Amino acid sequence: MPLKELFKTKPKYVTIKPPSSTPPGGVETVERPERKEIPDGLWTKCGGCGQTIYTKELAKNLFVCPRCDHHFRIGARERINQLLDEGSFSELFADLRSVDPLGFPDYPAKLKRAQQESGLSEAILVGTGRLEGIPLGIGVMDANFMMGSMGSVVGEKVTRLIEYCLETRLPLVIVAAGGGGARMQEGILSLMQMAKTSAALGRLGLAGILYISVLTDPTMGGVFASFATLGDIIICEPGALLGFTGPRVIQQTIRQTLPPGFQSSQFQLEHGLADMIVHRRDLRPTLARLLRFHYYGGGS
Amino acid sequence: MGNGYTLEFEKKLVELEKKIEELKRYAEEKGLDMAEEIAPLERRAGELAREIYTNLEPWQRVLIARHPKRPTFLELVSFIFQDFLELHGDRNFRDDPAMVGGLAWLEGRTVTVIGEQKGRDTKENIARNFGLPHPEGYRKALRLMQQAAKFGRPIISFIDVVGAYPGIEAEERGQGEAIARNLREMSLLPVPIIAVITGEGGSGGALATGVGDRVYMLEHAYYSVISPEGCASILWKDATKAPEAAKALKFNAEDLLAFGVIDGIIPEPLGGAHRDPAQTAGPSASRKRRQRAARSVSKAPTTQPRRVSATSSGSPSRAKMVAPSGSKRSASAGSTGQRRRRKGSSSSATTKR
Repeated sequence: MPLKELFKTKPKYVTIKPPSSTPPGGVETVERPERKEIPDGLWTKCGGCGQTIYTKELAKNLFVCPRCDHHFRIGARERINQLLDEGSFSELFADLRSVDPLGFPDYPAKLKRAQQESGLSEAILVGTGRLEGIPLGIGVMDANFMMGSMGSVVGEKVTRLIEYCLETRLPLVIVAAGGGGARMQEGILSLMQMAKTSAALGRLGLAGILYISVLTDPTMGGVFASFATLGDIIICEPGALLGFTGPRVIQQTIRQTLPPGFQSSQFQLEHGLADMIVHRRDLRPTLARLLRFHYYGGGS
Repeated sequence: MGNGYTLEFEKKLVELEKKIEELKRYAEEKGLDMAEEIAPLERRAGELAREIYTNLEPWQRVLIARHPKRPTFLELVSFIFQDFLELHGDRNFRDDPAMVGGLAWLEGRTVTVIGEQKGRDTKENIARNFGLPHPEGYRKALRLMQQAAKFGRPIISFIDVVGAYPGIEAEERGQGEAIARNLREMSLLPVPIIAVITGEGGSGGALATGVGDRVYMLEHAYYSVISPEGCASILWKDATKAPEAAKALKFNAEDLLAFGVIDGIIPEPLGGAHRDPAQTAGPSASRKRRQRAARSVSKAPTTQPRRVSATSSGSPSRAKMVAPSGSKRSASAGSTGQRRRRKGSSSSATTKR
C-alpha cells in the first residue's frame, strides 16, 4: 500500500530540454512552463533570447520570436490553423479513446489531466483538409499531451489516416511532435504502434502516394524511429530536438558531454536525415510547392 | 548445474546443490554408499527448484533473461541449424559485430538467420559492444533480409538486445531512421519471417528486427517498450524501482501472448535456458533427424529459383504466408495483421459515442 501511495504523489514527467544549441546566452528550459509554451498571459518570455514579447504579436508571428526566431512549441489546433485553408479541416477517427490495458499506476488520471489541459482527446489530431486549395490527409501531434507520446490510439489514428489516404489517394502530411516516444504506460502495445504505422507507410509507398513528414520540437524515440522518419520528404522546423535516444540517457550512459547542437535540426540535416529546414512562416508555401511537384492540385 | 553465477533468489537451491555435490564426492573418495542420505536431499533440491522457478516475479525473470550464461545467438544457432555461414557488412559504413547474420540450413532448406550477439566475457562483450547494435547493424540485418527475399529464403530473426546503442555516433549515423526503415521494409518482404525473442526484447532496438509473420518468445524472455530501469527512472525518478516497473509494464511472455502481440511461448528448462541450452534449442533426437533430412534433400533450394518480387509469389506454402494484397503481417499490423492490428487496438482503444 505505501508503494501505491508513492506512485500517486509522483509530480510530473521528465522535461526534454532542447539541445545545447540554444543561442549563446539563451539559457532557458528551467522555468519554461511545463505544459504549454503558449501562455494565456499578455506577455510571453521567449525561450530563445529571454526577451518579453507581447503575446498577440507573437501569435501574429506564428509563435516565432520576432527577435531571435525561436520557434515556440505550438499545439495541434494552432498548427492546423496555420497550415490549412480556413475551415477546411475535417477531423477523422475522433472517437478513439485510450484505455488502460496494463492497469498501469496512475495512467488513467494522467490521461484525464492531459485531456482536460489540452482540450484534446489524444496526442494527435488527424483528418483531411486543403492546403492552398490542394486536398490532403493530415495528422498533427501535440507535444503538450503526455509529451506527445504514442500509445495505441495515436498509432491507430496515424495508421487509419494512412489507410484513408491509401483508399482516397490523397497525399499525406504528418507533423510530428513526439518527445515522449512510445508511451510507456501502454507498454508493449505502444511499441507495436511503431511497426503498425511503419507497415502502413510501406503499403502507402508501394501505392506511390506522397508522404511528407514534418519534424517539430521535440520528436524522439519511438515516434522518431517509425513514421516520423519514413517521409518521402522530411522537413524540420529550426531549432528542434530530433533523435532516437534522448540526450540525457546518452549522457548518462557514455558519460561524455554532448557536443553543442547535438540532435538539433541542423545536426539532422548535416547527417543526412532531413531534406530541409524550413522556417515556420515558409512551411505552408513549401508544402504546397512539394505537393504540386507531385502533381497534386493539378501540378504547376 | 553449478554455473558460477548465482542469482539472489537461487541461493538456497545452489547451496543445497553444492552440498549434494560435496557429499557425492566424499562418498566416492571414501568408497561409501551414501545413496540413502543423498536421495532425500536430491528430492528436496528438486522440490525447491520447482518452488522457486514456478513462482518467479517478473523482475526475477528479467534477471534470468539477462543471465550471463544465457545461451547467446551463436550458441542457439549452433544447436538449431547446420553449417552456419556468417556474412558481414552493411555495404555502407561498417560491419557491426553486435549484429550477426548469415546463411544456414534448417530441415533441408537454406534460411537467413540474424540476431544480436552478446559476449561471454568482458573482452568479448567489448568487441561485441554488449550486443548493442549501431545503425549499421540494423542496416546489415536489412541487407541480409533483402538478399533473402531476392532468393526466396525464409528469415529467422533472434532477438536478445537491451536496446539500440545510445551514443553520439549512433545518432549521427541515423539510429532512428535505420530502425524505422527496417520496420517498413520487413513488413513488405515477400518471404516468411519468424522472430524469436530469446532474452531481452528491448524496445525499438528489438523491434527493428522483430517484425515477423510469426513472433515467439522464450519462456523467460521479456519484450518491452522500455527497460524496467528506464521506466522507473523516468516515471518515478528512481532506477531502483525497476522491479515494480517490471511488474507494471506487463512484458513477460504470457502477458504478450494475452495481448496478442506474440504467437507462442517456447518453454525453457526449469530454472532458465542457461541450465540446458541444448534442451532449450530442442531435443537432440529431432536434431539428428533434421541432419539426416538435410543430407537427403540438400539440393531442394536450388530447385526453387528466383522467387524475386513481391508480385510473383512462388510456392503455395509461401503464398499462404504472404497476403494477397502484398501486405505483410507484422507483429501488429499487416494482412492477417489487419486482424492483429484490430486486436491490438481493440484491447487498448475503445470507441465511445
